[in-house]
Amino acid sequence: MSGATAATVILNGLTLAALYFVVASGFSLIFGLMRTVNMAHGSLYLVGAYIGYAVFEPLYDRDLWYAWYLAILAGMAAAALFGVLMQTVLLGWMQGQELRQALVTIALSIIVADQLLARFGGTPRQFFAPDALFGSTALPLIGNYPTFRLVQIGVALAVGIGLWLLLNRTRLGLMVRAGVDDRPMLAAMGVNVPLVAVLVFALGAALAGLGGVIGATAQPLAQGVDARFLLTALVVVIVGGMGSIAGTAIGALLVGLAEQIGQALFPTYSVILTFLIMVVVLAIRPQGIMGRAR
Amino acid sequence: MFRGLMTRSTAALLAVTASAALAAPTLAQQGGTIRIGSIKTLEGPFATGGQDAVRALTMAFEEVNFTVAGKKIEWVRESSNAQADVALARARKLIEQDQVDIIIGPLSGAEGMALRDYSRTLTGKTIVNGQSAAADTTLRDVSPNFFRFNGDGMQWIAGLGTYAYQKMNARHVALVGGDYAFPYAQVFGFMQEFCKLGGKVTKLWSPLGTTDFASTIASIPKNADTVLVIHGGTDALAFLTQYAQAGGQQPLIAGPVTVDQVVMSARGPHRRLLNNLISAGPIVDDSDDPTWKAFVASYKKRFPDGFAAPSINAVHYYIAAKAVIMALEQVKGDLSNNQQAFQAALAKLEVPTPMGGKVRLDDNRQAIASNFIRRVVDRNGQLFTTQVERFDNVTQTFGMPRAEFLALGSPSRDNPSCPPQ
Repeated sequence: MSGATAATVILNGLTLAALYFVVASGFSLIFGLMRTVNMAHGSLYLVGAYIGYAVFEPLYDRDLWYAWYLAILAGMAAAALFGVLMQTVLLGWMQGQELRQALVTIALSIIVADQLLARFGGTPRQFFAPDALFGSTALPLIGNYPTFRLVQIGVALAVGIGLWLLLNRTRLGLMVRAGVDDRPMLAAMGVNVPLVAVLVFALGAALAGLGGVIGATAQPLAQGVDARFLLTALVVVIVGGMGSIAGTAIGALLVGLAEQIGQALFPTYSVILTFLIMVVVLAIRPQGIMGRAR
Repeated sequence: MFRGLMTRSTAALLAVTASAALAAPTLAQQGGTIRIGSIKTLEGPFATGGQDAVRALTMAFEEVNFTVAGKKIEWVRESSNAQADVALARARKLIEQDQVDIIIGPLSGAEGMALRDYSRTLTGKTIVNGQSAAADTTLRDVSPNFFRFNGDGMQWIAGLGTYAYQKMNARHVALVGGDYAFPYAQVFGFMQEFCKLGGKVTKLWSPLGTTDFASTIASIPKNADTVLVIHGGTDALAFLTQYAQAGGQQPLIAGPVTVDQVVMSARGPHRRLLNNLISAGPIVDDSDDPTWKAFVASYKKRFPDGFAAPSINAVHYYIAAKAVIMALEQVKGDLSNNQQAFQAALAKLEVPTPMGGKVRLDDNRQAIASNFIRRVVDRNGQLFTTQVERFDNVTQTFGMPRAEFLALGSPSRDNPSCPPQ
């Protein structure tokens, strides 16, 4: 493999990791505070992407430049709203019952997928990035590289830094971190923990929705991608460590790079590489690379 | 309490199972109905194609008003996701629980191999392939209960290798395809012609369901003069979109399912690449044949929300359903004696196709059919394929004696091979 190809493959891995990070960070956030294994996280991705698309298409037909940006806002808002409903109507009152929550969210993901299929049909869809982000950019060593994939890295960095600031520099972040450590004590201090939970759920869901629109711009949006992204998010947080943003970033990097390098070197067995990483991490450090033992 | 509940529900379950077991034989004995099950992919990468297969089956059954030889057709629909194990489970469910007489399906290559094997274990049941097109399904280890009225992947690409070499002056083709049985067959068919003429081929496989092809695209050799796209469904859409985004410069040619209404109807930057694209395949969208025009008209009338023209999936499921109906009519709906008369009728059938031709079967119950070289044209924003060349009576062995053809080995990711030096 030539140097340029190797550099391209690594950059592909980084850009794919960026997308995985955006989707998995919401999953990790929700788990970190609430210990809820949200098996409907892929559905939040789908809801964000499809609602975003419903807003996007009529505007795009009229050639409005802001169609795509509005789709991002709509996708995030729709996913956040759906997340809030999930937490308040279903998950809130079964707090701490992990198995029950897992089953409820699995059921929810099946229902949502079928409803979206009924509403939007099976035809694959795709967002078209605004002209400023489409096409390719000349990079040293690599040559022309799809601009939108570079945008993914930018979005992931913004999400990562934003989350870090939120968790480490704000009062809400303080409450979230306290809640991760000792939830009953936080409640005893007079903090409205259920409200914090709803806010965190909304944020995590909005990130899934953001991932949905970004992901559906880079790859086609179709039935079944929810399961794929849920699986990826699971692997990413298991490798990186549940509830840790830095861990999620490391997990996303490992999985993204493994997928792309595997695809270039031994395509037939590339899928195995991802799970091999998971097996190794689970064997050596079961709590994940950045996870804290409980 | 919990224990009491347990016992009660177990008892209820037993009662339900028992009554179902009692009820099942009576259902099967109802003389007036023929139960036909169908399997197509309403989930996974070929969901859109599966949806079109349902439209085609609906049309075929409605044309005879769900009646054949005075018996009522009862249609049990099942879906899979292009994975062999899922298709097999659904087929078992159709045969064992729904007690169907005939299955029409499946849609995808590996599924076809699995159902072929399953059909061998059945007596008095028939599986008529929907459109799965792996070569070995009817080439090696054939099953007496499995009938295929569509060409396989090799037949569907017939003519493309020669066309690429002679008319497009391709000498080194890099091909991208899904890593499973159906693309192997297409690649085998393409290389059969192309390598014989002296062409060289670099193969780039990716697992079925891959959505990020960036590194595959980066691996396309710079000295390849043409890229052959074998992907179908959302995989094709993803590949073409990302090829456009990466600013890919090498000219493309394509296989039968890459250039299909499933992909051509979807919106996106990939459409730029599709215009004027040369491909091989068993159907041509804008054929002037009156049978085809009538078929398209009735498809569009019945399904205004369908594609601009019926997809390859629709055409093949329609032919399969037609074959079943014709054979049932010939034997007057008689499925007794382990369906012997019905299967004999199927084997001898000449089925008129919506393309205006006829399909008949060889000794392995595999179709001998027509194939086309096509060009994509843009008509007011709608993409269609138009005929460039036509080949009739394409056999599964490309006209070679069967033994000689079998000696070439099974299509696989490594067979055949003619890499550049």
